[in-house]
Amino acid sequence: MFNDTVLKEIEGIKAKYPDRRSALLPSLYIAQREFGWLSQEAMTCVARSLNLPEAVVRGTASFYSMYKHRPAGRHVIQLCTNISCMILGAERLVDFLETRYGVPANGTSGDGRFSLVIMECIGACGTAPAMLVNTDFYDNLSEKRIEEILENYK
Amino acid sequence: MEKVLLKNTDNPDSADISEYRKAGGYRSLAKAVQMEPRDIVEEVKKSGIRGRGGAGFPTAMKWNFAMADPKFPKYLICNADEGEPGTFKDRPILEKNPHLLIEGMVISGYALGAEYGYIYLRGEYPAAKDILEAAIEQAYREKFLGDDILGKGIRFRLSVHQGAGAYICGEETALIESIEGRKGQPRTKPPFPVNVGAWSMPTIVNNVETLANIPYIVEIGGEAYSAIGSSDCPGPKLYCVSGFVEKPGVYELPMGTSLRDIIYKHAGGIKNNGKLKAVIPGGISTPVLPADGIDCAMDFVAMPKAGSMLGSGAVIVMDESVCMVRVTYRAMKFFEHESCGKCTPCREGTDWLRKILERIEHGKGREGDIELLSDVAGVMSGRTFCPLGDGAAGVVTGMIRHFRNEFEEHIRDKQCKFRN
Repeated sequence: MFNDTVLKEIEGIKAKYPDRRSALLPSLYIAQREFGWLSQEAMTCVARSLNLPEAVVRGTASFYSMYKHRPAGRHVIQLCTNISCMILGAERLVDFLETRYGVPANGTSGDGRFSLVIMECIGACGTAPAMLVNTDFYDNLSEKRIEEILENYK
Repeated sequence: MEKVLLKNTDNPDSADISEYRKAGGYRSLAKAVQMEPRDIVEEVKKSGIRGRGGAGFPTAMKWNFAMADPKFPKYLICNADEGEPGTFKDRPILEKNPHLLIEGMVISGYALGAEYGYIYLRGEYPAAKDILEAAIEQAYREKFLGDDILGKGIRFRLSVHQGAGAYICGEETALIESIEGRKGQPRTKPPFPVNVGAWSMPTIVNNVETLANIPYIVEIGGEAYSAIGSSDCPGPKLYCVSGFVEKPGVYELPMGTSLRDIIYKHAGGIKNNGKLKAVIPGGISTPVLPADGIDCAMDFVAMPKAGSMLGSGAVIVMDESVCMVRVTYRAMKFFEHESCGKCTPCREGTDWLRKILERIEHGKGREGDIELLSDVAGVMSGRTFCPLGDGAAGVVTGMIRHFRNEFEEHIRDKQCKFRN
């Protein structure tokens, strides 16, 4: 089960809404932060802290693409390949990440360093191509720039 | 034109409340709390503002529907789930001018009789979440939020609700489902959210840009506001330009600026002196326009006449190097991924369209595939609860209308000539 600090945090979130189920999405983010991904145990914790059936928790979580349903690498790269990024070379960058770092699209590198998630538009179309590494934002990407950026994520 | 929405955003500290106040911020709220709520709504009505999320519904009309409903409490939700590919116009407001949005929400909440507000922020904007939450805290501290706003006994409580990566949650009933902790699947309408919305109560869902216009409407009055831009849908408008232009970015211009001017005058023209091939004018759900179709006013009334839609004002510019089949295929992969699965024509249709487009792009297209695409798109149109299916179908229809020869070439030559 979550520790007391986390439970208190979830209580604070519940207080912002007229019903407890509304705290589900934020609580799933908290579980993901605590466990690294939404394991069975993580989702059980969420279900208990909100007094919701586990099936409801799992079903809802499965709908949203930013919840991780398997363990991820130490750093998660979220690269956009939608139209504005695509026409400016994002697909080439997907290939580059695989050859240079061994991280396949929507998979994790063998050394566990990176996971790569293909994103649907991260709202950086004016400075495309763009990505998030964990929660840090980078744009105007090229192969060279990606190499420089990822140096900081060991 | 004086900047309203992007005012002061050159200032690196523009998100801070003291900088915002130095530039005149929260004065509209001070003025609004001296007014009767119905007088504020009257000014918004006179302004003629239409919702900036994409549909262009008159804001005051939406407000009046909610106000006519006696149920209480009412909720005000800001739709900050900016997910339409090509769109990045709300982001500068959220990240650089958060207090403008907060001020707009407090005024709107007071006018509507809503005491609770939520900003539904897309999960892909983690920086905006921190900035908004810091700004909300500052606003509470200075009594622009809370239970006794400006000592007038007005209550408005505001918090950020973070989405988790689902395009469909930009649709207002799906957004409401999501804020209630459910899968983001659109609801049947009616009842509309203004009557039965979040937690079954009257709920007003307005886009970030719409709410950010409210302080200015209160400041200069509805009539003066209505003189800006197009007469039938006035006001300043954020256009975001991406793709093959010299100066991509967000431009605040009078509503109704011509698409040609946006591309050539403001965004610096086609990159590297390239030749314009096509423009998606309002985010990828809006039909494509060919190079000779850009002499149109970018507003909610003129764009449908020009064969497309204003949508979110997200202009994606493509030069001669871009393969239109590939663009259509990529767009359909997006729609297939984002279809919520509730309506069969959308769930199955996007899947089939993607499969057919994929084989055409990869040189495996068959005779009759173009007709098949049109058929499937035709079956989807108008047969879904929300506009996602219509948007997906419209993309295919628009592309075939203007670039049929490129689809035919792919099928005939069994390859994509744009790939090297």
